[in-house]
Amino acid sequence: MAEPLLSCRDVGVRFGGLQALSGVELSAAQGEITAVIGPNGAGKTTLINAISGMVQAQRGVFRLGADDITQAPPHERSRLGLVRTFQNLEIFSNMTVLENVMTGCHARLRVPAWASLLRTRASRAMEKTILNEALEVLDFVGLFELAKYQARDLPFGKQRLLELARALGARPRLLLLDEPAAGLNMSETQVLADLILAVREHFRLGIVLVEHDMDLVMRISDQVVVLCFGQVISRGTPAQVQRDPEVIAAYLGDDED
Amino acid sequence: MSVGYRRDMRWLGGFLVVLLLAPPLLSNNYYLTVLTMCCLNAMTAVGLSLLVGHAGQISLGHAGFYGLGAYTTAALSTTLGVPVGLSMCAGVGVTSGVAALVGLPALKLKGHYLAMATLGFGVILSILFNETVEVTGGPSGFTGIPRLSLFGVEFSSDLSVYYLILAVLGLVVWLSFNILHSRVGRALRALHTSEKAAQAMGIDIARYKLFIFVVSAAFAGLAGVLYAHYLTFIAPASFGFLFSVQLIVMVVLGGMTSVPGTIAGAFFLTVLPEFLRAFENVEILLFGAILILCMMYLPDGLAGGSRRLGRLLWKKMVVRAAKDEADAEAGEGGNG
Amino acid sequence: MDQASLLQYLITGLTVGATYGLTALGFTIIFNTTGIINFAQGEFVMLGGMMSVFFMHALGLPEPLAIVLAVAGTTLIGALVERLAIRPVRDCPAINLVIITIGVSILIRGAAMLLWGKDTFALPAFSGSAPIAFFGAALMPQTLWVLAISLLILAGLKMFFSRSIHGKAMLACSFDPKAAALVGIGVDRMVLLSFMISALVGAVGGAILAPITLTSFDVGVMLGLKGFAACILGGLGNPFGAAAGGLILGVLESLGAGFISSAYKDALAFVILLALLFVRPSGLFGQKDGKRV
Repeated sequence: MAEPLLSCRDVGVRFGGLQALSGVELSAAQGEITAVIGPNGAGKTTLINAISGMVQAQRGVFRLGADDITQAPPHERSRLGLVRTFQNLEIFSNMTVLENVMTGCHARLRVPAWASLLRTRASRAMEKTILNEALEVLDFVGLFELAKYQARDLPFGKQRLLELARALGARPRLLLLDEPAAGLNMSETQVLADLILAVREHFRLGIVLVEHDMDLVMRISDQVVVLCFGQVISRGTPAQVQRDPEVIAAYLGDDED
Repeated sequence: MSVGYRRDMRWLGGFLVVLLLAPPLLSNNYYLTVLTMCCLNAMTAVGLSLLVGHAGQISLGHAGFYGLGAYTTAALSTTLGVPVGLSMCAGVGVTSGVAALVGLPALKLKGHYLAMATLGFGVILSILFNETVEVTGGPSGFTGIPRLSLFGVEFSSDLSVYYLILAVLGLVVWLSFNILHSRVGRALRALHTSEKAAQAMGIDIARYKLFIFVVSAAFAGLAGVLYAHYLTFIAPASFGFLFSVQLIVMVVLGGMTSVPGTIAGAFFLTVLPEFLRAFENVEILLFGAILILCMMYLPDGLAGGSRRLGRLLWKKMVVRAAKDEADAEAGEGGNG
Repeated sequence: MDQASLLQYLITGLTVGATYGLTALGFTIIFNTTGIINFAQGEFVMLGGMMSVFFMHALGLPEPLAIVLAVAGTTLIGALVERLAIRPVRDCPAINLVIITIGVSILIRGAAMLLWGKDTFALPAFSGSAPIAFFGAALMPQTLWVLAISLLILAGLKMFFSRSIHGKAMLACSFDPKAAALVGIGVDRMVLLSFMISALVGAVGGAILAPITLTSFDVGVMLGLKGFAACILGGLGNPFGAAAGGLILGVLESLGAGFISSAYKDALAFVILLALLFVRPSGLFGQKDGKRV
């Protein structure tokens, strides 16, 4: 098989005296869904932050396809095709739903700034392209009717979908989802699960998601990586990981002997 | 979004027409001077509103850029005999260059620290204007600046200068609308709300902050060069911290994100001292009081206030109409 | 460069720096309790000096009484400012509040100009103006008063914040107003108290410095700006940093005036500030911004 889409080798992250991650290895292939799970404080979000560049890893190498992104700033990584969503929603509340997704297309569909300043024909044509692409994504995700609404007026569940749609606007090679189901009820989570699978089918990208919702994880993941106290303690298919006694101990505590 | 753009363009057209036709209606040439100053202040304020209202940054030293443009063109055209058109371009260029130099390190700061950096920068420039007497003429000012003349055409009458400045203001507003309704505008609004998410979308926030900082400084410098050749006399007192504050107030009063609102704020704040002049000693006092009251009772500025007023009147009209209808029906029912 | 001149500059710098420090403390107290930067702080300092002059010359009161009344009067004005201009709009966006404080500063300045004109005034030194010889430099007795009183206020504030229940309550408000309210702290009252304390501290600073630097209706602007700069220099929100920042700013300014040029000394203070901010954005003693994503 070709080289993995995302490869993280020997990742170490330190905050002052706290070693948040050490020796973490992670690979994700195109078309594959990898879930990162673990008890609270295990370092899952730190890992996402390190992969996306929001946090500087003291050790480790990150590769996206053939590119070494270890030193790249966050917006660079995004331009190379690594896009993330956020655990606490970070939608652009001062824009409409449509504008949010159009902003998602920012890195991909470009015109020089002076062309925007002078509103050249090229920049106007690009605006049209961006608009249509954004509408397509909204349609895919199921938010088409809400395009003109202010993003802040949407109910929470729909805002989560918007954040996903915005990330899709960037046509990422690798999508990082940070607790996408947080705050969603069961039926919303079902919709999300189906959507993630549909995204994988339609866009043929790799997905890495951090999640607490075990049903979601077990249902859609191809590969599961378990973090505990900043280290990988188990790796495998959902079924394998479920049975791993170390994982059970990490979540439930040791058996009383 | 082209719908919003067309609406803004219509507003701009109407605004320009009104100001085009205004001069003959003014009874006094002095009022033309005030109107011209309104336009110049609006030019600077609009630039600032892009930076503060849309991109969510702060600059408490923007008067410095205004002054830098003015003094650069004054020194070049008067002392060195450079043709006015060229010295004006140089004025805008120097202002933009300095903004780029200062902006690079400064925009890494946030909130109160950025406010302080821009404030300090403005104060430093203000002191430089006062102290480098050989270049700027010092506190007593710089006199003898040549009048506006471009491509050999001298704008000798106040009216012709007014129309030129109005045209430039129109250009500045058009450019601003272009920015706002483009992907650049979205990038700015994005980094205003969430720098993290903007970065995640591939937006290089440092570059965009610098871009809009330089653009807003350039607009201020442009207003400054026009100001210098319009009044033919400039003094450091006009470019100090107080004016920087007034510019911020124009933006906030206008409702932060509304360009027409900012222009309204600029006009209001330029005209207000003229009214207050009649009150002489209490002028400063009244200015402060009006500022406080405006901020307390118009939290989202004139734009927001007028929107709320409009909605209130609309509601009153609707309620009135419904009441009339109900009365009419009741009357008929009684008769029938 | 001889030692005597250096010492002289140092003394001058510390004296002025003490006022910057007190002004900066005022900024810090209000910022810590409310998160607002009160741009009218400089005017409280101005009022301390100007009202002292007024009470002495116009009402013929003895100097100590005049100063006490001036400080009391300014404290009252601080309370009025909070009640009338700040409390009604406490939930406004920050920039609106900043502009309101700027409006207040303009208002106070305008009133001062109306009442007392544009002249500069002198306040007599507390214990005479015969300089004391000090290692070759001339030490004004007033300088000793300034430094002593500033230290006293600093010590007093430290005790207030760490020992008294009101002080601790104010600190609680700065950390988390909602939580503070939940445990029964009257946040409104704390905010009022913070404005009164800041006004008091500022007024004292103005009164003790006035004998040395003269006072007029518009000294507040530059003092306010420099006080704010001192705050940032020491790390916004850190009272010790504010006091230290004020002293450092005063000394650097004085040395700059001595060695480089007195015309540019104001600019020098800000140049140093900018240089510092570019290198260490959180100030000398501020905490690095370590927010979690």
